[in-house]
Amino acid sequence: MLELDRLTLSQGNFRLTADWSVAPGSRIAVIGPSGAGKSTLLAAIAGFLTPTAGAIRWNQADLARVPPGKRPVTILFQDQNLFPHLTVAQNLGLGLRPDLRLSLDDQRRIGRALERTGLAGLGPRRPAQLSGGQASRAALARALLRARPILLLDEPFAALGPALRADMLALVREVADETKALVLMVTHDPEDARALGGMTSFVDAGVAHPPVATQTLLAAPPPALQNYLGRN
Amino acid sequence: MSRVLSVVLLALVLAPLAAVAWRGAGMSLGPADGAAVRFTLLQAVLSAAFSTVLAIPVARALARRSFPGRGVVITLMGAPFLLPAVVAVLGLLAVFGRSGWVNTGLAALGLPTVSLYGLHGVVVAHVFLNLPLAVRMILQGWQSVPAERFRLARSLGFNPRETFRHLEAPMLREVLPGVALVILLICLTSFAVVLTLGGGPGATTIELAIWQAVRFDFDLARAAGLAGIQVVISGAVALLAWSVVRPAGFGTGQDRAARPDAPDGWRRAADGLALTAAALFLSLPLAAVALRGLPGLLDLPEAVLPAAARSVLVALVSAALCTALALGLALASAARSRPLIEAAATLPLAASGLVLGTGLFVIVHPVVPPMRVALPVTVLVNILLTLPFLYRILLPEARALAEGYGRLAESLSLTGWSRLRWLVLPRLARPLGFGAGLAAALSMGDLGAIALFAGERQATLPLVVQQLTGAYRIEAAAAASLILVTLSFALFWACDAGGRRAGA
Repeated sequence: MLELDRLTLSQGNFRLTADWSVAPGSRIAVIGPSGAGKSTLLAAIAGFLTPTAGAIRWNQADLARVPPGKRPVTILFQDQNLFPHLTVAQNLGLGLRPDLRLSLDDQRRIGRALERTGLAGLGPRRPAQLSGGQASRAALARALLRARPILLLDEPFAALGPALRADMLALVREVADETKALVLMVTHDPEDARALGGMTSFVDAGVAHPPVATQTLLAAPPPALQNYLGRN
Repeated sequence: MSRVLSVVLLALVLAPLAAVAWRGAGMSLGPADGAAVRFTLLQAVLSAAFSTVLAIPVARALARRSFPGRGVVITLMGAPFLLPAVVAVLGLLAVFGRSGWVNTGLAALGLPTVSLYGLHGVVVAHVFLNLPLAVRMILQGWQSVPAERFRLARSLGFNPRETFRHLEAPMLREVLPGVALVILLICLTSFAVVLTLGGGPGATTIELAIWQAVRFDFDLARAAGLAGIQVVISGAVALLAWSVVRPAGFGTGQDRAARPDAPDGWRRAADGLALTAAALFLSLPLAAVALRGLPGLLDLPEAVLPAAARSVLVALVSAALCTALALGLALASAARSRPLIEAAATLPLAASGLVLGTGLFVIVHPVVPPMRVALPVTVLVNILLTLPFLYRILLPEARALAEGYGRLAESLSLTGWSRLRWLVLPRLARPLGFGAGLAAALSMGDLGAIALFAGERQATLPLVVQQLTGAYRIEAAAAASLILVTLSFALFWACDAGGRRAGA
């Protein structure tokens, strides 16, 4: 259970509150206008921002003192998800062992993760030699290897075209199914929220609202969401 | 960890300064010392003024003309920063000295000869050493004027004088004070040049007076008093320069497609003249060293090779430690600004090699014979004096690294040794190599603290070159200089190329 308990986040004059919890394995889209604080929410869960008040808990344990790498979390950023000076295989290996002392078994697991994400044979390449879609796949392959119970996606596919984005969302669902991960995905696009399936949290005016089933929400959006969607 | 480092570093700078203050307090300085202060200021102001003013036409010519070899010229302008001052002095003596090319020519024509000793010799040498730095800094100013401005000026039909008034003069007003201050600071604390070309009642600087007080009179109190004055003066100028100067990228070669207008007519000839004169002034002394030194290579004085070995050792140890230290401090202050680290990495600018040397001399001399610790002290002083430069080179890179990959690394628990091995070293290999090369070459060529401490068996190569030059053994000095310059540039090249290769 991921619990955002009377959480308040601040950055300068900006404030965001959230007070809700979701079950393991849920799929949550986080939508809302830019600057509303969607990324801020993910950054706090990932451990890059200390809450000013309230707590973030995973299975009753407060995460406040847990450093980002030790949290039950894998995060995909908007960009720079791979180190450009390391090979794709090494980038994946970091998900298993940060010191990259990889056993034969580790290597085999990396190979399988590459195959699962459609990157078979691309292990020795550098990220610069990958297309945008392939780079996203590599980041998801690492998420697969890390198999953390929470997968945070901060618009990592924003730069991809519609068809590729649909592919990536399908892959996200596969990865989440396989690792039984709770997914929180920031997006601008209600279509992405639909494609993810599950629930949607609308972030607006300093509040991250409790997630509601996406179908229900989009069928009868509250006024602020209507404004955002442009259905007036 | 980094806090400990910066405290240790601060202590290493402050201890010698405290020793200087303690030993020099209440020192009443004589008229000779007053003259030294005046001469120090006079030569530094003149050197800074001439270097800056003469650099303007050269920088402008480089900014607006294109000719084959322009890139090479700009790159070579970066080289004198690494050129040991003793070699520059020797080269100037070989051209302008008693039996140099110029005087030989003048004598053959029956004209009176010129002398390179005293005030004008010191100023000429300082201009030789600093003109290229000034040119590069001013050229950078020219290149910082957006090409669109020059396009606009052309579309408005500005003539060259109007372009100067509306575009170039404002840029120069912004850039020149910084250039002059940096060179002023360098010349205030210059030692090797004055040691050879200065001296006597009329041409002694504070640095030289410190050296004489320690080496000849063994008057540590007086040396300390002088060092205290030096710290106050150079500290004030350093503070001023640090706040005025924009970073002087002596690292990368710069070339932009868009250039200012290149007017024809007499201005074209003037640009050509400025470039030719600068090229001759800067290259002839070095050519003279090469020509006079090559034959001497076969008959080197005995002291040269052991001194060369000591210098390489000092340079390598200094460079390794200084680079590691600068990296540690830069990484620590990359995430958020850390005043303590900033202070530790900036404070050494206020000290000179002789000042730190005097302080350390005062500290160690009751405990061990100074000669015994000559090389470790030299390493320490080299590290302290090079650190501000390396820190400034590495800091922006470390910041960019933290911004670009800090969160990703944290989210993957990439910390400690793994982070260094898999993220920091590969990503920062280029600036680290460049910085280590810079530190090695500067340490290799520096003549400062070692002159206070060394006996014959601790002499480094620059000291040997200086002694040979002082004894007017020009051939032998030139041969030793060739070895010194080759080693300096080889060390720089090896580190820089190594870094670039590792970073590829």
